[in-house]
Amino acid sequence: MALLDTRGVCKSFGGVQAVAGVDMQVSEGEIVSVIGPNGAGKTSFFNLVTGLYSPDSGEILFEGQSIVGLQSSDITEAGIARTFQNVRLFLNMTVIENVMVAQHCRTRAGAFRAILRTPFLRREEAQIKARAEDILAFFGSRLVGYRIDQPAFSLSYANRRRLEIARAMATEPRLLLLDEPVAGMNPRETVELTALIRKLRDEWGLTVVVIEHDMRVVRDVSDRVIVLDHGVKIAEGSYDEVSSDEAVIEAYLGRPWEPDS
Amino acid sequence: MIPIDVRRVMRWGSMSGIVMVFTAAVGMLQAFEDRVVVYPVLSLGYLMLLWFAPLAGYQATSTPVRMGVEDPPRGLRNLAGGTLAGLWGGCILAAFTLVVDTFDLREVFVAFSPRMVELLTDGRGVPDGLPLTVLLPAALGLAGGACHLLAALARRRLVLALEWTLVVALLEPVVSQVLAHIGLVAVADLMFTLRALEWWAALAIAALVATVTGRTGESFGRLREHLFAADPARRTRNSVWLAAGVVALLVVVPQLLGSVLSEVLANVGLFLLMGLGLNIVVGLAGMLDLGYVAFFAVGAYTVGVLTSPLSPRFALEWTWWAALPVAIVVSAITGVLVALPVIRMRGDYLAIVTLGFGEIVRILFLSDWLSPVFGGAQGVLGIPGIPLGFTVVSGVDPQGVLYFALFFVLVAAWISWSLQQSRVGRAWTALREDETVAAAMGINVVRAKLNAFIVGAVLAGFAGALFAAKLGSVFPSSFELLVSIIILVVVIVGGMGNIPGVAVGAVVLIGVLGGPNVPGLLAEFAEFKLLIYGALLVFMMLRRPEGLLPSVRRSRELHADDLGQDAWLGGDGALTDAAGDGRARG
Repeated sequence: MALLDTRGVCKSFGGVQAVAGVDMQVSEGEIVSVIGPNGAGKTSFFNLVTGLYSPDSGEILFEGQSIVGLQSSDITEAGIARTFQNVRLFLNMTVIENVMVAQHCRTRAGAFRAILRTPFLRREEAQIKARAEDILAFFGSRLVGYRIDQPAFSLSYANRRRLEIARAMATEPRLLLLDEPVAGMNPRETVELTALIRKLRDEWGLTVVVIEHDMRVVRDVSDRVIVLDHGVKIAEGSYDEVSSDEAVIEAYLGRPWEPDS
Repeated sequence: MIPIDVRRVMRWGSMSGIVMVFTAAVGMLQAFEDRVVVYPVLSLGYLMLLWFAPLAGYQATSTPVRMGVEDPPRGLRNLAGGTLAGLWGGCILAAFTLVVDTFDLREVFVAFSPRMVELLTDGRGVPDGLPLTVLLPAALGLAGGACHLLAALARRRLVLALEWTLVVALLEPVVSQVLAHIGLVAVADLMFTLRALEWWAALAIAALVATVTGRTGESFGRLREHLFAADPARRTRNSVWLAAGVVALLVVVPQLLGSVLSEVLANVGLFLLMGLGLNIVVGLAGMLDLGYVAFFAVGAYTVGVLTSPLSPRFALEWTWWAALPVAIVVSAITGVLVALPVIRMRGDYLAIVTLGFGEIVRILFLSDWLSPVFGGAQGVLGIPGIPLGFTVVSGVDPQGVLYFALFFVLVAAWISWSLQQSRVGRAWTALREDETVAAAMGINVVRAKLNAFIVGAVLAGFAGALFAAKLGSVFPSSFELLVSIIILVVVIVGGMGNIPGVAVGAVVLIGVLGGPNVPGLLAEFAEFKLLIYGALLVFMMLRRPEGLLPSVRRSRELHADDLGQDAWLGGDGALTDAAGDGRARG
């Protein structure tokens, strides 16, 4: 059974059909890339899956259960986490607070326990903190050390992207949706992050769906590539299959597309 | 040719003129002509009229700090600029005097009386007194400009001396009462004549402050460095000690103060309680609630109806302690009822709708429909005090109320602080930053907002219960929109999102100026209270939007650009350091 299974998902804004009947299956442990020209409906598709939009028609199943119409917080709790294309951190919270706050749906201590400072709360707070530090350590020395207590806005662009992934990881997802994770990174950082995406699957056991424009990343990271254009899936398969697909080449360039090796 | 920034001078001159004209026009000059501040030279009216002139003179020639640009030398230009600014302000004031003297505008402006002209011209009348009207601000402007010629330390001494003298003079009731309490009635009698500070006493205080500040300034700096050390663990420990110190002080102080001052402080406590509650809703969760007084009213009325033998419908005559849990539960339920329909709204819409709810609650208490239960405009009378076994705390015992309010404030501060540190508080912060993302990170937005509303409502309910017992009666007129707004102003001026900030706001606004229906220390300003509130709010929004004592997070938010620049400059330094290291190693 596929972990994520969408069937005929449609969403239109006014006259624009942003997503027009996308069928997509993602199996446990896969890394799937979603590519397509600007405005192809990739991010809209993510927004539909995470409940930021609700679909006009179609079905979205996660672990066999329909998640259509659920609050986005409930979807996160069910196990889907995401990052945003235009990095949306809690900029005035510190780095570690960003990761701590994302553990909200996995922790329980409420207002009464907080006021009474019960042992349960102390224990849970300590766990939250320790877990946040673990997750931040995943990115090597980038986000730990003195940076851990810095406000998020003081981070560089690349670090903000990393922190967004860390924050998504903190929700303990089974499926992680990354929206252009390497946008704005330099080649070296890109290579580093590509390795990290693999590690997310291999070591953290996550299933990953990536929207990406950088074709080297797509080639290096994906088990499977799905191409969207005008809200419609126009191709699906391995990177090599897709990159030589006529329809894809046309959608992107209108002429043969040569990946620079 | 003296290099004067003419535009700057004219701008500050105009400002000082406008301030003077405005002060006179609203009638402060006449209202305060009899309240002498420094005997026999300065009345409060003149103080209010002229205080801005030296400031404008100072500002008119202060040079903005620019990186890499050398300041032009100080000297004649400061004197001339200050004088010109004062002169221009004086001209505006003189023109105003002339207008008031020539045309009879009293139909529209009540304050434009011949007496005002007399006061503005020092009794010489138009035109004989007009030169004085022009020259006095000019002289003050000159004095302000001359401050630039002093060394920084001397300037600070001068300013502090002036400030402290004014504080002592204005807070005459406090000072003389405290002196009386510690057995120094004779000193108080000597210092003050007809509530005014004697001129020699003023000079003595100024001299004392000026000599002392030089040294204390330094040790204060060291103390502050120690208290707010960079090490977070030590900072936390120090702030705990600081809080303990303040509490200890507050336990002792009511014994020193007379009942009038305790009354003032008790009111501060009451508003602080509400301020802390509103701080959770507005400061932490970021929901602008303009109907906050509704929960205060519900708490007060619940206690009133349940405890008073004169309550119109029920004659339960519960004790205050039995009624308190009910009041809290009822406030919490009201919180839910108000929150549910508005919770999906954001920003301005939420503010407008909660404002409407606040008014609805007040009007319900006032209505004929509910008057069999709540007594309509007559309200509920005869509410008994709080029985404590050995004594009964009620309005006639302000010190008792003060201790009681203090206790509740501590409880409320603990609640706010511990929530702020917890998972719930983090969720609120995330919500305030970006609601959509907070939801996408697994935070149940509706529940988090509901939490904030309920905690806020409960704290206001507490305050209401205390208010009912203190006053002994509740009326719908005690719960007007103005109360909501004043609490909001307390939170904003103090420093949104920061508990000590809210405390400072409550002390400054409610304690010094006075709240709605309650006098503060500067009781003589009662008539102009709202005007001063407004002016203060505008000033704060322009100059210090994060409040007097801001939370770290909010000042980050409001000064993100400056901080970014600092970080850039710091980063630049770090880069050069690294280069230096590299060279050393190479």
